[in-house]
Amino acid sequence: MGTSDLGKAYRDKEPIVRQGEAGDCMYVIQQGEVEILQNRDGREVILASLGTGDFFGEMALFEREVRSATVRAKGEARVLTIDKRTLLRRIQEDPSLAFNLLKEMSHRIRRLDKELTEHCTEHH
Amino acid sequence: MASNSGFSSEVGRTLIQLSQESVSNLTLEQGSRVAVIGGGPAGSFFSFFLLKLAETIGIDLEVDILEPRQFSTFSGPAGCNHCGGIVSESLVQMLATEGINIPSTVIQRGIESYVLHMDVGDVRIETPLHEKRIAAVYRGKGPKDIQNSKWSSFDQNTLKMAEDRGAQVRRQLVSDISWESGRPTLSGPKGEIGSYDLLVVASGVNSQLQYVLEQSGCGYIAPERVKTFICEYHLGEEQVALNFGNAMHVFLLDLPHLEFAAVIPKGDYVTLCMLGDEINEELVSSFLNAPEVQACFPPDFDLYQSSCLCFPTINVGGTGQPFGDRLLVIGDSGVTRLYKDGIGAAYKTAKAAATAAVFQGISKEDFKRSFWPACRKIEIDNSIGKFVFAVNKQLQRTKVTRRTMLRMTRMEQTEGGPTQQMSTVLWDIFTGSAPYKEILLRTMKPWFLARLAWNFVMGGLFFDLKNQDTGAMDGHERLGESLPG
Ligand SMILES: Cc1cc2nc3c(=O)[nH]c(=O)nc-3n(C[C@H](O)[C@H](O)[C@H](O)COP(=O)(O)OP(=O)(O)OC[C@H]3O[C@@H](n4cnc5c(N)ncnc54)[C@H](O)[C@@H]3O)c2cc1C
Repeated sequence: MGTSDLGKAYRDKEPIVRQGEAGDCMYVIQQGEVEILQNRDGREVILASLGTGDFFGEMALFEREVRSATVRAKGEARVLTIDKRTLLRRIQEDPSLAFNLLKEMSHRIRRLDKELTEHCTEHH
Repeated sequence: MASNSGFSSEVGRTLIQLSQESVSNLTLEQGSRVAVIGGGPAGSFFSFFLLKLAETIGIDLEVDILEPRQFSTFSGPAGCNHCGGIVSESLVQMLATEGINIPSTVIQRGIESYVLHMDVGDVRIETPLHEKRIAAVYRGKGPKDIQNSKWSSFDQNTLKMAEDRGAQVRRQLVSDISWESGRPTLSGPKGEIGSYDLLVVASGVNSQLQYVLEQSGCGYIAPERVKTFICEYHLGEEQVALNFGNAMHVFLLDLPHLEFAAVIPKGDYVTLCMLGDEINEELVSSFLNAPEVQACFPPDFDLYQSSCLCFPTINVGGTGQPFGDRLLVIGDSGVTRLYKDGIGAAYKTAKAAATAAVFQGISKEDFKRSFWPACRKIEIDNSIGKFVFAVNKQLQRTKVTRRTMLRMTRMEQTEGGPTQQMSTVLWDIFTGSAPYKEILLRTMKPWFLARLAWNFVMGGLFFDLKNQDTGAMDGHERLGESLPG
């Protein structure tokens, strides 16, 4: 990691968040890629990959559930942590700050919808 | 019946309020012209968010940013907005959430800790997450004698963001503002610049424009300011890393009129900043001669040989009314945060102003209702901040309290874990990461006070009594002995 970088550096395959753990922050990728995976009956299922500028872990901001998936670095990655408290305080002052999050979450729901429809069609 | 009439009058009141809120007689419309004076952080963030928000409701605006400074062409004062260049932890996080990630070509150094220097010793305070969340940048190209630098200007980067959104940057100085039929008209040394639907003043406090605005009769009063000091030292990248690392160095010295001083490591240089109520050459000299300061630099380094220096002013008072019909005053020219995180305050007031102008309207009433509360919040927090700094100043005054602070922080840093009370209080005061109100509330918790009292007795009083007998000297546990890493 150089001196001009922000965030924390993770090595290839190093976990950033773990499925089942409690979480109180979200993350923004500064550089590199991460992959999101879930453990299903002892098997690792890769759900998605994210790259520079993307964020993850945002569900922990709005719910008190444990992390629903593991996120780990895919190659070297640099990730910035966003504190729940700092962010929620600011969203309360400026609700438009949540626009970006909502936009991304809505993209993800749309993608899931599409995948679900494709999945259902394949099985009929 | 009584409750029914109460209900209908309540409904009536709400309807009147709603109609007042939703219909403004002055609004931005398709093709409205907006002038932004100043392309520092406040002006650039405002233009960026204004254009972004206007796009969401489908209106195209014409935004002119009037900025004579060439941030990436000229080194030294001609391209610089005189600042320590710390982009605070909270601002880094908010910008990232907005989708704005500061490029590493702009970040001279990621800061992950700070070192507190006092005559009684030093202590390094790590970020709770051991993560670099503070950016040290140059606002312009860099100090006067800078050679081919591999980093670029922060202000140029934000200005470019606004430009990419559709703002037009006009390299012009504004020297006059007049109001014709309630609309602002701007002129420069070469004649009229144009007439606009909305004027946004973001010219900071180191410009004559605040007096031009004051005299234009719009009710604006220039804020109270004090003089500060900044200078730059060239050490080379290796030496900067060796002596300062990725840490901001904060000095709590018992010097009259000095509120706070810090050395901020950049790429090849370090920036020294001094803030207080009356910074002058004599105070700068006393500071540079302090052994705690000299010990941070390489031996034989001449602290009087700087690459660049200036005495810019800082807003410490806010302004009566940073808005009017078709007028917004943002960033330093309006309301900013006391001593810390001025860039963060510029972002906040700029965003509040852009949101108000797009969604509410551009009359004085609209701004009073939807822009002023954001400024007021900062002002209220500043009055708490004044108290926090006054207490801090008192603590700096006597050796026994300085030793108490040092002991408590050192213990927390050695123990690690979640009980980092003094460390987080100091971290937030010096890095500007949390509102002053939150900092004050944390210091009033019984556990904090109990630990402070314990450290006062053990580290402060007890130490004094012991050393009065032995005549031992204190305060010489210097960096190497006391700091991890
Ligand atoms: C010693 C010192 C250290 C500081 N350190 C930090 C720090 O580490 N971190 C932090 O967050 N804040 C810091 N600040 C505060 C920070 O510099 C300001 O809060 C911030 O620059 C405000 O941004 P702004 O856009 O409102 O004004 P400015 O940055 O002052 O920008 C104003 C712009 O307006 C332009 N302008 C002026 N007059 C005219 C005119 N007539 N026509 C056209 N354009 C004009 C100027 O060229 C300039 O580009 C520091 C301040 C001082 C004095």
